[in-house]
Amino acid sequence: MSEAPLLEVSSIVKTYRVAGVGPFARKNARPALAGVSFSMQQGRSFGVVGESGSGKSTLARIALALDKPDSGVVRLQGHSLFDLPRRELRAARAHMQMVFQDPYGSLDPRQRVEKIVAEPLAALGGAGRAERRARVQASLEAVGLKASDALKHPHEFSGGQRQRIAIARALITRPRLVVADEPVSALDVSVQAQTLNLMSDLEREAGVTFLLISHDLAVVAHICETTAVMYRGRIVEIGETDALFAHPAHPYTRELVDATPRLDQPTRAPLAPANGGPEIAKGCPYASRCAFARPLCREDAPALEAKGDGSRKVACHYPLD
Amino acid sequence: MLLEVAELAVDLMTPGGSRRVVDRTSFSLDEGESLGVVGESGSGKTMTALALMGLTPEGARVSGSILFEGRELIGLSEEAMQQLRGDRIAMIFQEPMTALNPLHKVGAQVAEPLVLHRGLTERDARGRAVDLLERVRLAEPERAARSYPFALSGGERQRAMIAMAIGCSPRLIIADEPTTALDVTVQARILALIDGLRSESKMAILLVSHDLAVIAGHCDRVIVMYAGVIMESGPVQVVLHQPRNPYTLALLEARARPGAPRRARLKTIPGAPPAAHERSVGCPFAGRCALTVDRCWTTPPPEVGFGANHVSRCHRAGEVGFGR
Amino acid sequence: MTLPVRFRPRGGLSLWLGAVLVAALVAAAAVSLVWTPYPPTAIDIPHRLAAPSAAHWFGTDNLGRDVASEILAGSRISILVGVVAVGIGLGFGIVLGLIAAFSKGLVEDGIMKLSDFVFAFPALLSAIMLTSTFGPGVVNAIVAIGVYNVPIIAKLTRATANGVLSREYALAARAAGRGPIAIAVDHVLPNIAPALIVQATIQFAIAILAEAALSYLGLGAQPPQTSWGKLLADAQNVLYNAPRLALYPGVAIALSVLGLNLLGDGLRDALDPKLKARS
Repeated sequence: MSEAPLLEVSSIVKTYRVAGVGPFARKNARPALAGVSFSMQQGRSFGVVGESGSGKSTLARIALALDKPDSGVVRLQGHSLFDLPRRELRAARAHMQMVFQDPYGSLDPRQRVEKIVAEPLAALGGAGRAERRARVQASLEAVGLKASDALKHPHEFSGGQRQRIAIARALITRPRLVVADEPVSALDVSVQAQTLNLMSDLEREAGVTFLLISHDLAVVAHICETTAVMYRGRIVEIGETDALFAHPAHPYTRELVDATPRLDQPTRAPLAPANGGPEIAKGCPYASRCAFARPLCREDAPALEAKGDGSRKVACHYPLD
Repeated sequence: MLLEVAELAVDLMTPGGSRRVVDRTSFSLDEGESLGVVGESGSGKTMTALALMGLTPEGARVSGSILFEGRELIGLSEEAMQQLRGDRIAMIFQEPMTALNPLHKVGAQVAEPLVLHRGLTERDARGRAVDLLERVRLAEPERAARSYPFALSGGERQRAMIAMAIGCSPRLIIADEPTTALDVTVQARILALIDGLRSESKMAILLVSHDLAVIAGHCDRVIVMYAGVIMESGPVQVVLHQPRNPYTLALLEARARPGAPRRARLKTIPGAPPAAHERSVGCPFAGRCALTVDRCWTTPPPEVGFGANHVSRCHRAGEVGFGR
Repeated sequence: MTLPVRFRPRGGLSLWLGAVLVAALVAAAAVSLVWTPYPPTAIDIPHRLAAPSAAHWFGTDNLGRDVASEILAGSRISILVGVVAVGIGLGFGIVLGLIAAFSKGLVEDGIMKLSDFVFAFPALLSAIMLTSTFGPGVVNAIVAIGVYNVPIIAKLTRATANGVLSREYALAARAAGRGPIAIAVDHVLPNIAPALIVQATIQFAIAILAEAALSYLGLGAQPPQTSWGKLLADAQNVLYNAPRLALYPGVAIALSVLGLNLLGDGLRDALDPKLKARS
């Protein structure tokens, strides 16, 4: 397809300066993202998997232009977001919305659901009161809530219902892209199932494509065709989801898959100790923890390269298999 | 039998009246065994763990019987409970951030139970603390002992908490969602550590979790709780692969399973768990359960046995299908 | 003492009692605009220092003026000072606080340091300095007291606004494309309003006390205006003959301040979302 990718992220670098303690401490630069690139196509949901410190949430915010990277480009349907003048960026936000992790914090407790769900419309302007009300109603019904729920306040709903309200808000401008940052982590298992079903339905019916960020492999595998695995600010592996988890090429992906508890398999003890020493500045960031590390790994940071037929990319000198 | 719980009930006093959050549960745990308690939020699993330690909140009324090493814990004086806690029964909490006091060094906190219960001098206790930190496989145990909690990562803090718990070689460890707040790779290591410690020292473990797979991998037996009631109990492999209770089955079917076809519809449980004041006389799962019939609403379900200590509390236990 | 349920307001006794006292204060001022038993400034030497009677409910002062009328008229000044001084504090304070919270960085630091600077001077002393420099009178007293309110409100606004901005719903609003002013109006202000309202009642009470002190020192209301503080000052001269003349304005001030503080406490409880959720 010669269509421009829905979202294209190129070489994003973002560093946070953390002040050291004490008058003479140097400011430590902690790289949250050390050069991240990927692209997503319309209709193929994309997953980003990683643990704490991987930078996945920072990536989510930068992808939505809520934070500026130190360098790199983010293109939404071909338009470079950080080059847009403010008014056009605001208009572009109609096409990209976000669902947050915490269903209790992401809704203003003092507003009624109607106002909350209509907020993205308020930012766009143009819709009259009657139209706003109609669209709120449609959005609520699309997520399985009732039109009468528009008049209530968030505290009258359960966690799962609040997350639906957050999804209704994300859908109201009919965006192409919805970034969901751990959308189901805070929910009970049975409620997670309802929410995931809802997301699948919306992909089909509302033409939405998800950028789904999670630490839970099973959640990502349920919705996303393609998945990227992040470790310490870098993408270490990226490929078609099922193949990725069934035959991981990067040792960290393998560690993640092994560590995920499964009913049908006994858990496999991790192969290497967690702390093999301090992280080395120049080599592969995973080397200190990798069971398969060899001398080259500590010298040279591997780049993300295509492997095999090109559908899989790995950043490893000695990929598995 | 190390621990025998009979008809344990916990009632919380709220402004709206009294709420029963644990409803006459009974279970037992032998020395060296590991029992998993699984349930969603509101199931009463955490309150059960707290009741065993005598740590229920102000205004909670605990009734029934908890026999630990033959001794009745309910009604025991606070002093006597304090002697048991940290010594014979220890607890590991979910949030390593808040379970360790941020104002005291890690080594001092790990040493505390040793001073309290074993009468060691502070100096000896601190030496033992370093040994314990090494036993829980903390890299650089001396440095960790000298550090404050904020200097350690979540996984390291959890290991420190485990070190604190095993210091006096307790007979029973209660772990309330010990790995829920941790990354999955860290979780795998911590659970492996707990398994290792258990086989070394014959400690019994009561593992509370919402994650069925965690329980499957690390427990001998399991009890499944819903709305304060034990719906099913038995050996872990049997209960999770051949469940005889509709709630257990529903929980299993609601999990997104790796390897399942993408966007396959997950079977969800319609409705929501009953609020405490809405609990009916019969089965708490009535209405949400696919097998509900009239008597489910009016009569509490009986306990039905299926051999090998596998018990399901359901009117239609025999009909629960397990073709998944 | 517990009231029957239907009388029990959400904020409890504080709210009820406070509201009653404040309402009485406002009523006194309102009534005095159209009627007082006697003109408050009417001098009547033959009947000076009269004891309370049917003709003069609180008696007369050392110049024969009817004390009850003076008390009523004095309430106008108290309310005027309270409203305007707090109004100045809120108007400038909220704006500065919001600018600080949204701008962060140097601007935020600058505004906070400036607030600290103003704070460093004891309130009453600053008011005295200002009024003695620019001349006594109600207007200057109001300005002096109002200026002091600004940093208090600014600091409170900034702190609570930062709290709101760190919540996820503020980030969600940004993600939806809303600009800072929209976020301030739609999300920040409604969520910080309870804290501000409570603080405002406290500042109102302080303003009344401050005005009374200034007038007592002769720096506030000037004749022929009457204020409670001025009444206190006048009462000093005849304290041995008629101590009751100090009592009336003193009690009036005390009841007003008490009422405002109770109202503030009650409002804080009434606006608490946790209590709100249960009702």
